[in-house]
Amino acid sequence: MGTAVEIRDLTVKFNGIVALEEVDLEIKEGSYVGILGPNGAGKSTLLQVILGLVRPTRGRVRVFGEEPEKLRGKGRVVGYLPQRPLMNPSFPVSALDVVLMGRYGRVGLFRRPGRQDREVAIRSMERVGIAHLAKRNIGELSGGEQQRVFIARALCVEPRLLVLDEPTVSLDACAQDELYDLIAGLKQEMGLTVLMVCHDVGAISRYVDDVICINRRIHVHQPPPIGRMGLEQTFGCSVEYLFHGEVPHRVVRGHDG
Amino acid sequence: MAEFLESGFLQRALAAGILVSGLCGVLSVFVVLRRMAFIGVGISHSAFGGVALGFLLNVSPFWSGVSFAGLVALLIEWSRSRGRVEEDTAIGILFSASMALGVLFLHLSRTYNVDVFGFLFGNILAVGQGQLWEILALAGLVLAIVFVFFKEMVFLSFDEAMAWVSGVPVGFLRYLFLVALALSVVVSIYLVGIILVEALLVVPGAVARNLTRQIRHMAAVSAAVAVGSTVVGLAVSYWLDLPTGAAIVGVLSSVFFATLGLSRKKTHRLA
Repeated sequence: MGTAVEIRDLTVKFNGIVALEEVDLEIKEGSYVGILGPNGAGKSTLLQVILGLVRPTRGRVRVFGEEPEKLRGKGRVVGYLPQRPLMNPSFPVSALDVVLMGRYGRVGLFRRPGRQDREVAIRSMERVGIAHLAKRNIGELSGGEQQRVFIARALCVEPRLLVLDEPTVSLDACAQDELYDLIAGLKQEMGLTVLMVCHDVGAISRYVDDVICINRRIHVHQPPPIGRMGLEQTFGCSVEYLFHGEVPHRVVRGHDG
Repeated sequence: MAEFLESGFLQRALAAGILVSGLCGVLSVFVVLRRMAFIGVGISHSAFGGVALGFLLNVSPFWSGVSFAGLVALLIEWSRSRGRVEEDTAIGILFSASMALGVLFLHLSRTYNVDVFGFLFGNILAVGQGQLWEILALAGLVLAIVFVFFKEMVFLSFDEAMAWVSGVPVGFLRYLFLVALALSVVVSIYLVGIILVEALLVVPGAVARNLTRQIRHMAAVSAAVAVGSTVVGLAVSYWLDLPTGAAIVGVLSSVFFATLGLSRKKTHRLA
C-alpha cells in the first residue's frame, strides 16, 4: 500500500498566530484515521491543509504524491464533508442536486452533468440508503439524512481519500452510531482512505486504525485501547478525563516539548 | 393603452425596463441566496461617484459609472479576501467615500444642468436609442455569464469550501459575479436610480424564494416578478403621473408582502 498523505515539518500561522507547528505525519493508503483534540487545536486546519484550502506557512504536504492545490483542479481524488455543510437550510435545491455537485469537478466548466453523472449520483445515494429522498429539498431532511446526502456527495467524486470534519456533530446517539457504521462499511467496500475529525473517543477506538491527537502539535496513537497512562506518557502533560463515549479522554493543555 | 405604446420614449422606456428588470431578477437569486444585499447597496451607491466623475471629465457618465462601480466591487472583494477588514466594514467605507467623491466631483464640474435627481431616483423616460443599445449589450453580456457559469455559481452559493475542493475556480467566479453585479447596477440606474436599485436586486429573489423550491424555478419566477412589477409600475406611473422608479419599487414591495404569507405555510416545518 502506498502513502495517501505525507506531511513534513508543517507549520501554519494565521495572522502570526500559530495554528499548527512542526507536524510530521504519514497516512497509509487504505487506513482509517481519527483526529482528536480540543477546540481550537488545529483539527480543521490540518484537514484544510490536506484539502488545499489553507496554504502551509512552512513545510511540505503531499496527497497521493501531489500538492493539494494541484490535486484539487482534478476534482476526483478527495471526497470532503465540511463541518457545517448546510450554511443556508432553505437553499432551493433537492438532495439529488446536492449529490450531483460532487460531480462538478469532473464535469468541468462549460458543461452540464450528463446521464452517467446522474447514475453515479443515484448509486452514491443508494449506497448511503437515501435514494428515496432524492427529490426532497435538502432543508426538509433530518440532520442524519442531511449528513448522508453530504456523504453521498463526497462519494460521488469517486474519491480515494474521504475527509470528514465532525460528521456526527449534530446527530443524536442513535444516528451517530448508524453513521459510523455506514462510514466503516463504505471504507471497506470502496477501499477508501478515511480521515475523520471526531470528538467521540468511543467511536474512534471502535473503528479507526490510528488516532492523531492534536493540539497545535500532533501525536499518533494506535488504538485500541487509548490508555490513560499511554496518553499521559506520550503527551508529557496532564490529561483531563471526561466520561464521553467508552474511553474517557480529553487533552486540556498545549504541550510544547 | 394604444397611446401608452405609441410614443417612442414610452416604447424605449418599456423595452429598457423589461431588459434591466429581467437582468436584475436573475441576479437577485444569487444576491438573496448568498446574502449579498449590502454589497448591492455598496456597489450602487459607489456608482454615484463614477457618474459624477463622468460629468467632471466630460466623458459618458454611463461608462465612468460602470468603471467606478466595477472598481469598487473588486476592491470590496479584494479587501475581504485579504481578511484584514470585515466585508461589511469595507462596503460601508467604500460606498460612503464614493458618494462623498461624487458630491465633490459634481461641485467641481460646476455643471448645474446635471439631472442628479434622475440619477438618484431614476428617469427611465429619458432613455434614448443609444442608451437602449448599451443596456441591451450589457444585459446580454451579464445573462450570458450567468448562463455559462450557472452550475458553478449555484455550487459556490451553496457550499463554497466544497466548491473549492472540487476544483471550481471560486476566486475568479466571486470577482466575475461582482463585476456582473456592478454592470447590472449601472444599467439599472436609468430605471430606478442609484438609491432604489437595491429593490431590484433583493425583492424579486426574496419573492421567488417565498414561492419556489427549486433554484431554476426561483430564477424564472424572480425574473418574471421583476419584469411584471416593472411593467405594472411603469403603467401606474404613466396613468397616475407618479415617479416611475418609486412606482416600480412600490409594486415590487407590495408583491413581496403579498407573498410573505405563502412562505410561512411552506417553510413552517423547517424551523
